[in-house]
Amino acid sequence: MKKIVLMGNPNVGKSVVFSRLTGAQVIASNYPGTTVDFSKGKMRLDGDLVEIVDAPGTYSLESSNKAEEVAVKMLGKADLIVNVIDATNLERNLFLTLELLESKKPVVVALNMWDETKHLGINIDVEKLEQFLKVPVMPMVALTGEGVNELVGRFNSACAPEGMKTKSEEERWVEIGHIIKKVQHVTHRHHTIWDMIADATIKPATGMPIAIITILISFWIVRNIGENLIGYVFEPLFDLYTPFAMSMSNWLGHGFLHDLFIGKLIDGEIEYVESMGLLTTGLFVPFGMVLPYIIAFYLMLAVLEDSGYLPRLATLMDTLFHKLGMHGHGIVPVFLGLGCNVPGALSIRTMETRKQRFISATLMAISVPCMAQIAMIFGILGPHDLVYVLMVFVTLMMIYVLVGLTLNRYVMGESPEIFLEIPPYRMPSAITILKKTWMRIRWFLTEAIPFLFLGVLIVNVLYAIGFLEWLGVLFAPITEGWLGLPKEATAALLVGFLRKDLAIGMLLPLGMTAMQLVIAATILTIYFPCVATFAVLLKELGVRDMIKSMVIMIVTALSVGGAMNFILIGA
Amino acid sequence: MILVETAITDIETGKAATIIKLSGGYTFQRRLRTMGVREGKIIRVITKHPLNGPLVVEVENRKTTIGRRMAQRIMVEV
Ligand SMILES: Nc1nc2c(ncn2[C@@H]2O[C@H](COP(=O)(O)OP(=O)(O)OP(=O)(O)O)[C@@H](O)[C@H]2O)c(=O)[nH]1
Ligand SMILES: [Mg+2]
Repeated sequence: MKKIVLMGNPNVGKSVVFSRLTGAQVIASNYPGTTVDFSKGKMRLDGDLVEIVDAPGTYSLESSNKAEEVAVKMLGKADLIVNVIDATNLERNLFLTLELLESKKPVVVALNMWDETKHLGINIDVEKLEQFLKVPVMPMVALTGEGVNELVGRFNSACAPEGMKTKSEEERWVEIGHIIKKVQHVTHRHHTIWDMIADATIKPATGMPIAIITILISFWIVRNIGENLIGYVFEPLFDLYTPFAMSMSNWLGHGFLHDLFIGKLIDGEIEYVESMGLLTTGLFVPFGMVLPYIIAFYLMLAVLEDSGYLPRLATLMDTLFHKLGMHGHGIVPVFLGLGCNVPGALSIRTMETRKQRFISATLMAISVPCMAQIAMIFGILGPHDLVYVLMVFVTLMMIYVLVGLTLNRYVMGESPEIFLEIPPYRMPSAITILKKTWMRIRWFLTEAIPFLFLGVLIVNVLYAIGFLEWLGVLFAPITEGWLGLPKEATAALLVGFLRKDLAIGMLLPLGMTAMQLVIAATILTIYFPCVATFAVLLKELGVRDMIKSMVIMIVTALSVGGAMNFILIGA
Repeated sequence: MILVETAITDIETGKAATIIKLSGGYTFQRRLRTMGVREGKIIRVITKHPLNGPLVVEVENRKTTIGRRMAQRIMVEV
């Protein structure tokens, strides 16, 4: 099958073009480095099926990080290259274009962001640009779909430009200078009040308070949306479901099947968190407790991503992150990781060196709880007092900084400085945000829920054969002696490999004090990533670094747990 | 008018200057150029972050965050 690869600088709209061409949804956001792996899709071209590939963005064919490496590798396999360029940034985009033209492959240029050229006073003579490049150039607006059909119409006629010699870098820049002079005209534009407000968000004196307020408001919004969805939508739904579940319970009678599907009845009633049945806890944890927060978080994340605020936040955080052995872009794995650690672990590819990737992956695995876990922490600690929830988060933040400072000292390797393009602010569109949130919720429903069911199943089987009790006794010196937790909590640590949300739910029937719950929830975050995250980290870091990372996780969990037990409970 | 050659890090916040020379490794220079920081361009300092933090500069209406030591390799003329 013919392979068409989308190539271009970061943040020029390749992923939006990909979605337009294939109808397949991929994540697009307003910051460079959104796509870190290729995605494949299909489209029909004159009756034939062709494959379309969305690649990560790259500034040139000599890659400077793992994501860019992927892009360069995809180029080798292409039968046709669609070079997406940002019309508001023509000059610097043309460097990659010239490199691509020299690759002797057929190229079509998609001149994207055409809508933004007008108010910026940029005028591009497309015909002349075509003459210079000797390949089709099509102005388009991927966001609205304008120009997409015309672009596709040029795919079949595209051929490799003739007489392209390999040039030195300097020669390329000279040629670009020449082209720009002939095809682009820019009317000078004065700085407006909006530019001043935009600048205020990146200057330290004003930017820092704005950042703190933005983050606090964002999390307050997530909590409110989450709580209200639970209170007004999901709990009422489960109230309707309870009679049905009860009649199931009666019908199943006693025995293993009842325990598996309904679980234990407490005072003759179903307790959704504690019962541990597939049709009770197995449904209630994902839908009644986690999903509402997932919805809320991803709505908020999409606004932060699409507005273009994240690169500004990265700039403001750079000085701190540099001390932790990374640079400001390290906030991206943190933010994505707060939703789910899997995309967080993938996003470390945009870091340049092994040291930076190792540190940001390890820190994320140790102290960034995913939203499923956060929802459960709210669920079990919220009723005691919000102070306890805060204690978990403050501890995790302190660990992030302390472990980061230490790793920066002892991990060998370079830690280059930040070098990040700041995209213009863009108004996030409601439809795009809803679509993107839906895409991520669907991912949660299809990928996370099977693991959750598996978790409930395994708990029941292991409990029935007495394995969990045996394990509890085996680890009692650590759980009881060192961490000050009941020995049954070991079972939660085991289940945490599969799903951390379920693991936290398992703490509830153990009758722990609020302080013990704080310790257990913190340790459940630190000690190990869930299996889905583990698989990605293993692939990204390699076996040796993954083992090192695991040692750090376990040592941190044990020392922090012991210290918390000593300080909070005074054992 | 007297022309003075300095690093962009010495330019006052809010002021603009013309880039005349880039130093540092070959790969580093290419990265600068592909991100718009190139000889002959006018560059404006939007802000300098304290504690040797990064600079935010603007070239042709586009902002870029550059680490302090990297920025020291961008020579400009005022
Ligand atoms: N105004 C405007 N915005 C666009 C257009 N195309 C894409 N965008 C926006 O530009 C941003 C970047 O789009 P992406 O598709 O994520 O860019 P990308 O090239 O895939 O970026 P990387 O994956 O980081 O390399 C998003 O916020 C899009 O909504 C367009 O034609 N006009
Ligand atoms: Mg993309």
